[in-house]
Amino acid sequence: MAIDQATVRKIASLARIAISDAEAAAMEGELNGILGWVEQLGEVDVTGVEPMTAVIPNTLRLRDDVVDADPLTGGGRRDDVLANAPAPQHGFFGVPKVIE
Amino acid sequence: MTELTNLTVAEIRDGHRAGDFSAVEVAEAFNANVAGAKALNAFIVETPEHAIAAAKAADADRAAGTLKPLSGVPIGMKDLFATNGVQTTAASHMLEGFVPRYESTVSAKLWDAGCGMLGKLNLDQFAMGSSNETSYFGNVISPWKRKDGGNAALAPGGSSGGSSSAIAARLCPAATGTDTGGSIRQPAAFTGISGIKPTYGRCSRWGIVAFASSLDQAGPMARDVKDCAIMLENMAGFDPKDATSLDLPVPNWEAALSSDLKGKTVGIPKEYRLEGIDPDIDAMWDAGIAMLKDAGADVVEISLPHTKYALPAYYIIAPAEASSNLARYDGVRYGLRDLPQGAGLQDMYAATRADGFGPEVKRRIMIGTYVLSAGFYDAYYTQAQKVRTLIARDFEQAFGMCDVILAPTAPSAAFGLGEKMADPLAMYLNDVFAVPASLAGLPAMSVPAALNREGLPLGLQIIGKAFDEQGVLNAGLAIEERAGFTARAEKWW
Repeated sequence: MAIDQATVRKIASLARIAISDAEAAAMEGELNGILGWVEQLGEVDVTGVEPMTAVIPNTLRLRDDVVDADPLTGGGRRDDVLANAPAPQHGFFGVPKVIE
Repeated sequence: MTELTNLTVAEIRDGHRAGDFSAVEVAEAFNANVAGAKALNAFIVETPEHAIAAAKAADADRAAGTLKPLSGVPIGMKDLFATNGVQTTAASHMLEGFVPRYESTVSAKLWDAGCGMLGKLNLDQFAMGSSNETSYFGNVISPWKRKDGGNAALAPGGSSGGSSSAIAARLCPAATGTDTGGSIRQPAAFTGISGIKPTYGRCSRWGIVAFASSLDQAGPMARDVKDCAIMLENMAGFDPKDATSLDLPVPNWEAALSSDLKGKTVGIPKEYRLEGIDPDIDAMWDAGIAMLKDAGADVVEISLPHTKYALPAYYIIAPAEASSNLARYDGVRYGLRDLPQGAGLQDMYAATRADGFGPEVKRRIMIGTYVLSAGFYDAYYTQAQKVRTLIARDFEQAFGMCDVILAPTAPSAAFGLGEKMADPLAMYLNDVFAVPASLAGLPAMSVPAALNREGLPLGLQIIGKAFDEQGVLNAGLAIEERAGFTARAEKWW
């Protein structure tokens, strides 16, 4: 199923990527080329086949319910967390005003 | 004495241990090569001071009798691994200037083992590409040239193109790579070096910039099989911080290396014989079969019937996961922020992502968003995951008949920069032989096997059973010993 430029703009909006009309036009052809090619998957008989969930058999572990069990992924690292934020304010991430 | 930068990882480790040279001499020699190779653009950031500091520590450890497994060995680090205090960009504008406050598990293991870092290696942006032409920081150039009298700049492969180019040019003896759909093996093949992608879960993904989490796997790239074994031993291991990390002991792959393949069976997948493929590739493959027979192996033809569907399945699954993983780049928590005058939050997201992502990354996010969107999810994503099950099953059945599989790594030698950029699909097809093992999570490596008629390296791929890196390395060693591949790029940079 081919997609049109309106669909391209819809996908870009879902993906939160601003695109110009010229980019949308270029992308229409590229995406249709790729989607047309992947559609050959439809010819594979997958009756009774389960979709892959884990490529190597593994069980999800639960860690002990302990605060800051691993210091690298625990709390108390506000300054580290904010160190690369483009606009931190008062110890928080800053965002443009969102209330009218 | 041999030039220090011509030594392998094993030779540096052993020579340093024996007192033949100091680690500082080694680090200085590689730092000089790095500094003199700007034309290759293999590094995004050079860290000579890191390499020297680790070398001084290695020399002190030698004096104190407390040597570590890789004391004195400087390496390159793909710029997809978060390095504490050193810019980590995934070769994107989005992460330009991002300086992690933590260390990835794999890089931390290598520093703990005594390695020093020569720099952060260039790559395709967010590891999306097969030629290293999608980096925000410019193309990496292969040190190799065609022997046709021309001077065309060639692709070092991708996405680990900085790693492959740097090793082939003797800027580092080994480097880290990551492989999502061939990103270790294809660049290794293009530049006449070795590289192994281990079983999915062997190396922790913690601290590696995520592309497609069910496929991403770190691995080493180096000049020979033994060095790959040594490096992998020091990169692999269980990490509770990665939910898919394998809780298995790390085998002593180096000590168990053996090129005697008596009693082993090698499978040759008939579906990998592509019509119209470069005859040099087929000739190399046939030569590889003869080498493994000579090493004592039996050879059987096998069938992997769903091979032709691996690439299209990959180009649904990988972009789907990427669209989700890359949603984190929002201009709020780290990385670029583009806030147009008067823009609200949604406009800031869209402007930031339009500005921060390159065209190939956007293309994949768009594809991924589309195939996961309401109404199309089952037709595309679920269907691809079912096909993925069938591809894994093909391998399972084949491994009932053989121990390892031998195939070419890529359908061509290195191509020229720019030759495939106009057509995304033509670029994707270069990973046709690499992607099936990725989808099945299997260990696979590339070893250099021959030069084509243009004088460019070609690689053979060995695919093994899950957890059997040893079988892969051993078959690789058998090829390495027989192929006698000693060619190297003539220095022009």
